[in-house]
Amino acid sequence: MAHFTKATSVKDWLNQRLAIEKVEKVMASEYWIPKNINFLWAMGMVLAITFALLLVSGIFLLMYYNPSVDLAFDSVNYTIMREVDFGWLWRHVHGVAASVVFLVIYIHMFTGIYYGSYKKGREMIWISGMLLFVTFSAEAFSGYMLPWGQMSYWAGMVITNIFSLGGLHLDGLVEWIRGDYVPAQAFLTRFFMLHVLLLPLAIMGIIGLHFAALRIPHVNNQDGEEIDFDVESKKYLAGDKAGSKVMRFANDFMSKDMMVVGIYLIFFFYLVFFQYQFALDPVNFDPANGLKTPAHIYPEWYFLWSYEILRPFSVNIGLIAFGFAQVIFMLLPWLDRSPNAVPASRRGAFKIWFWLLLIDMIVLTAMGKLPPAGIFSTIGFVAALSFIVLWLVLPIITMNEKKV
Amino acid sequence: MKNKEPLILVVVVAFTLLTYWLVEPFAHSQMHKHVESENFAYADLPAFTKSGNAANGKTLVAGAAACTGCHSIDKEGMPAAMDAVAAAQSYGVNPPDLSDAGAIYAPKFLADLIKNPAHALKVEHKFDAAKGHMHPMVAFYGAGGDLDQEVADIIAYLQSIAVSQEELTPKVAFENACGRCHSVSYEEWTQIGTKPKFKHEKDSLAFDIKVLEYQESLTKYMGKLPPDLSMYIRSRGEHFISTFIENPQNHLAGTAMPRVGVTAHSAEKVIEYLEDAGDTKRHERESVGRDVMWYILIFAIFAFLWKRSVWKELH
Repeated sequence: MAHFTKATSVKDWLNQRLAIEKVEKVMASEYWIPKNINFLWAMGMVLAITFALLLVSGIFLLMYYNPSVDLAFDSVNYTIMREVDFGWLWRHVHGVAASVVFLVIYIHMFTGIYYGSYKKGREMIWISGMLLFVTFSAEAFSGYMLPWGQMSYWAGMVITNIFSLGGLHLDGLVEWIRGDYVPAQAFLTRFFMLHVLLLPLAIMGIIGLHFAALRIPHVNNQDGEEIDFDVESKKYLAGDKAGSKVMRFANDFMSKDMMVVGIYLIFFFYLVFFQYQFALDPVNFDPANGLKTPAHIYPEWYFLWSYEILRPFSVNIGLIAFGFAQVIFMLLPWLDRSPNAVPASRRGAFKIWFWLLLIDMIVLTAMGKLPPAGIFSTIGFVAALSFIVLWLVLPIITMNEKKV
Repeated sequence: MKNKEPLILVVVVAFTLLTYWLVEPFAHSQMHKHVESENFAYADLPAFTKSGNAANGKTLVAGAAACTGCHSIDKEGMPAAMDAVAAAQSYGVNPPDLSDAGAIYAPKFLADLIKNPAHALKVEHKFDAAKGHMHPMVAFYGAGGDLDQEVADIIAYLQSIAVSQEELTPKVAFENACGRCHSVSYEEWTQIGTKPKFKHEKDSLAFDIKVLEYQESLTKYMGKLPPDLSMYIRSRGEHFISTFIENPQNHLAGTAMPRVGVTAHSAEKVIEYLEDAGDTKRHERESVGRDVMWYILIFAIFAFLWKRSVWKELH
């Protein structure tokens, strides 16, 4: 058994039992961050804050939400929006945060791709990040079912139906997922469970993994510079704060994180109060009606690019392309054959590849929402094909990349 | 090394705004038909210029024009011949009480309605007299004098008894113009009136049965039960609702919903009623929004000052 002495202070008492000083060092004051980074490195903190907003607003909403097909719509639109003090505020925060969190995730992802932050020991950061993308997607989809509006119902119908399409023909699986032939009470209750319990647990676990994956390889920097963290941190601790290439996570980097968070929250709350329609689709303010299909069924904006990869092809090829799009990002650390962990701007063909991928995904996103007719379906088809071609050529162009 | 952050910020913001523009304003402009407001001018209807004599109108309404054979005028002590349920069984929909019609509907609309109901209501595709499909409201063919003058007298009378424009409440405007076909459950409104608070469940159920009976007739009359409008301000938005009320055929050609002929002012009141039902907390949202924006702005300033003081030593 460890040796305990009479504590001289509360801090000492805790220190003997929990090693709080050591924990503080590991987690904050001696968690070393490179200095040559820009505000894109604060997206992790922005995501953590947004997740906290989702969690807190979700807890308040959970107190009044009623997961029954007869009451769900009214519990959201009447009880929460009209009766409960500030219920509308929690709902708007929750809805807007659910949409904005994906904007920040995409910025965070493309930052990683641009700066090569998935290479040289950082593969687990990338993989855990992509797992978070998948679990957040499932969380967003299951949450979208809960108000039981027209878009909840029909999105639930269309997406679960994917497994019954074409050569898959997994009708039994579709029924198993729905717990019924169509989305109904069993469907709503299980998506409610997924949304408020299983998926949040998974997300919190993977966030832990994502943070842990950062410890050994450290955070990347914006110049692709190899930093000797031991040497540089000693220099910092010796008093040469200005000369060292690294800084403490707290308060040094934290202060910049908070500055970015401050600016982000101005943007976020502007959306919550004055520009929320994009996140709270008007169609979903009509109660679910299985006998009345909406004129246009489309997913939320953050799913549009992968939806558009499914849509322009014949059923079986579309399903294969869709499956390809779901897993391909996960494989990025191995598809990029170049040894260079430097910004894309210094990587020749990869630089072009990066910007093409970004633009292609924006085009796919736009076409995924537009009705698939005329010129839009042609553009969508070309963009979907380009997406696949871009990923197929990635190993080739990166294999031929010169070492920098 | 030069600071790249402003450039990075510009790139991030530009791509974000581009994506937003594509999936929101642009995509919706392609998906939905845009209908311009006609400012409730009802340009297709003949101009209404004659000034009427209210006293003469009063005689006509109860006499030769026989309005009160179907319509009640509660304000003048003229009750309805039947209750709402029985009226709907006879006519399809309960004929409106005329107490405030003069304030709610545009005079040129009323003039056309009295002479040719299906034309003014834009439901001639449904009620074609040539095919024997008569509109339940019987046209007024005149009491022997100048028809247009008699119509003007009737309208003058209706205006003389109606509330003033200032007194016209959202509730009165909605209930008259929309409420005999549409329920608004979040406001306890049913097609036969506001559901009272009953002490006994038996009475509550009896009321519900009356509503169901009314809805049965209405469904037969309209082809389908007109939707509950509780959340329409969020699901359709002000512009859609306003232009839809103005002329339903512009949005949905062939719909059984009649043009109701409200004035621009009454349409605003109807919208206000729907906002009170489906966007109840809008004023609170604006005021809380302003306060939160100030708070966050101050937070951001302090965060910036903290960062500056911490980073002073790092360079």
